[in-house]
Amino acid sequence: MNKIWLIIKREYLIRVRKRSFIIMTILGPILMAGIIILPTYLAMQGHDERSIALYEEGTSFFDKLNKSDNLHFVKIPFEEVTLLKEDIGNSPYYALLDIENKGTFTLYSNQQVSLSIKEDIENKIATILQHQKLEEAGIDLQFLQENNAIVEVKTIIIGEEGETTGNAEVSFGIAFMCGILIYVFIFMYGTMVMRGVIEEKTSRIVEVIISSVKPFQLMMGKILGVALVGLTQFMLWILLTLIISSCAEILFFDTSAIASESMELEKEQSVILSELLKSVAGINIPQLLIAFIFYFLGGYLLYSALFAAVGSAVDAEADTQQFILPITIPLILSFILMQPIMDNPDGVLAYWASIIPFTSPIIMMVRLPFGVSNSELIFSMSLLVIGFLATTALAAKIYRTGILMYGKKTSYKELWKWLSYKG
Amino acid sequence: MRNNILIAKDIVKQYGNYTALNHVNIAIPEGCIFGLLGPNGAGKTTLMRIINQIIAPDSGTLIFDGKPLKREDIAKIGYLPEERGLYKKMKVGEQALYLAKLKGMAHNEAIEKLQFWFKRLDILDWWNKKVEELSKGMAQKIQFVVTVIHNPKLLIFDEPFSGFDPINAAIIRKEILALSKSGTSIIFSTHRMESVEEICNYIALINKGETVLQGPIEKIKKDFRNNTFSTEIKAEKLILSDYFEIIHQKNECYQIRINNNATSNDLLNELMKNGEIISFEEKIPTMEDIFIKAVQDE
Repeated sequence: MNKIWLIIKREYLIRVRKRSFIIMTILGPILMAGIIILPTYLAMQGHDERSIALYEEGTSFFDKLNKSDNLHFVKIPFEEVTLLKEDIGNSPYYALLDIENKGTFTLYSNQQVSLSIKEDIENKIATILQHQKLEEAGIDLQFLQENNAIVEVKTIIIGEEGETTGNAEVSFGIAFMCGILIYVFIFMYGTMVMRGVIEEKTSRIVEVIISSVKPFQLMMGKILGVALVGLTQFMLWILLTLIISSCAEILFFDTSAIASESMELEKEQSVILSELLKSVAGINIPQLLIAFIFYFLGGYLLYSALFAAVGSAVDAEADTQQFILPITIPLILSFILMQPIMDNPDGVLAYWASIIPFTSPIIMMVRLPFGVSNSELIFSMSLLVIGFLATTALAAKIYRTGILMYGKKTSYKELWKWLSYKG
Repeated sequence: MRNNILIAKDIVKQYGNYTALNHVNIAIPEGCIFGLLGPNGAGKTTLMRIINQIIAPDSGTLIFDGKPLKREDIAKIGYLPEERGLYKKMKVGEQALYLAKLKGMAHNEAIEKLQFWFKRLDILDWWNKKVEELSKGMAQKIQFVVTVIHNPKLLIFDEPFSGFDPINAAIIRKEILALSKSGTSIIFSTHRMESVEEICNYIALINKGETVLQGPIEKIKKDFRNNTFSTEIKAEKLILSDYFEIIHQKNECYQIRINNNATSNDLLNELMKNGEIISFEEKIPTMEDIFIKAVQDE
């Protein structure tokens, strides 16, 4: 036990001290905070104004195509149309909108028109046409607008602890985040274990070490050491993300430039915030957190043992491809299944995918925010424990033979034989 | 009669259909330098791994220091494998300390011992360098130190001189002999027969998973004497009776085998009649001759 502790300590310290770990730990939260802050920041900046040349017979559209926040229409005479079509790149216009016979609309430009502008123009024209038809049918537009009904359906979940407000969007977001994080973590730290094993093999230190400790101790020491690295990085990320995003909030969003609107905004924000908090309260946060740590560790232990076995069977990382594939298939499959399962979190597919240990770490985390019964959760967790004990036992058998094999190309047949060798 | 530090009885190890060791029996006397010889693929490395409990035999027993070999005994054994290396990115001192602690040494004791050995082999300056900065020979010295650091009763060296230049090989040989003198038993595996003759007292020859011959090196050499003598003689043509057979001639040097019941004196008598004898001695087989003969006879 003392020796396995020594190994864990080395594996942990050697990685935590690495420059790449420190950089990743700092960059990770900056990137994450950036993903949160940047869209908000950009949305506040507004867009470039673009002018669009418009040609039509008469003025029926031009009068109604008002200048919107980022589009500005300029009516041009017929003579200029051909001229503009020839050399639109050097004209002051972004694009040319040609309206013929009130039926066909064509947008000319020297580059692919951005989707948002195309949609913007389409919407504007559609509204104009709709209004025209309504007027022709003798419907009062003003009356219609005044009686526009807005309805929002509140969702309430009746659970064991009484009623809570649900929010499908928030559940969706959290489920997606959890699933992606587990997927990324298993891959990242699984390959880290694999690389460590290959490093020990190619540097030929492995036989020196296993003359002091059992191969199983070396393998487990490495797996657990890297697990601690993963947990450390995860905790630091959460901490740093919180610090950075709260700093950024103060820096970017509380300046005097928007102070005048801030009163209004604050009111709105506080309403949104309290709504958000209410719906988050519908999700069992402690359960989610404990489950996240559990499924991260369980999934990692299950897969990293297999990654270690692959590392032991090859001489160089380039040879890992053929063995990596069967390991990554269930992982990638769970990744693909995330979307359909979020759409139907209580279906048969969702149930089984969250029970089978190879997919459960990702899929159960995706299902959890939508609510999963305790008995199901315990069943899935116990199977995951059995699952990683089984893969570890299997991997250990391959590992202890593989690490002593040099210079041979290993085949699946060979791996199968190794399983039958006596310790 | 000396005690045996290690006895391997009836060791069998199979990999699928391939038999790596087939009922191998070996006894290693305490305090000797025991040469474990054999061609490539004979099973030497498998046997050494079994002694180090890296792998388990399919059947057979190992007796270490009078008792069945236990897991804890690895703290009393030092092993320098043929495929040896170090973590490239780790600092020399830190790494040596790690490996010493894995052998079960306490922190302070390990540091003290390491400093002693680093000073002795003149490598103390490298303590804070990374292994990747070292030459192969320097790294080999560090591997040697971490093999012997915990004062094991039994040391196992697999091709210890490969990768060393002659000067460093001589340093390591000197250290191995000093360790032997202080009472450590040593198993020494190699292909280099001249180093076997130089430092081993006992040998065992393994071929195709079986012990072919085993015993004190002097006795084995005597057993392999084949009544051959070499002589240098000033004579135009050598004329000998049927008792003697010239098996090799180069200029005035001859190798002569004595057949039947003749003696070396009989040979000398006949030689003297042929001319002036410059030199005359028994041709004792080298370990290399014995090795090749034993393997071919199999």
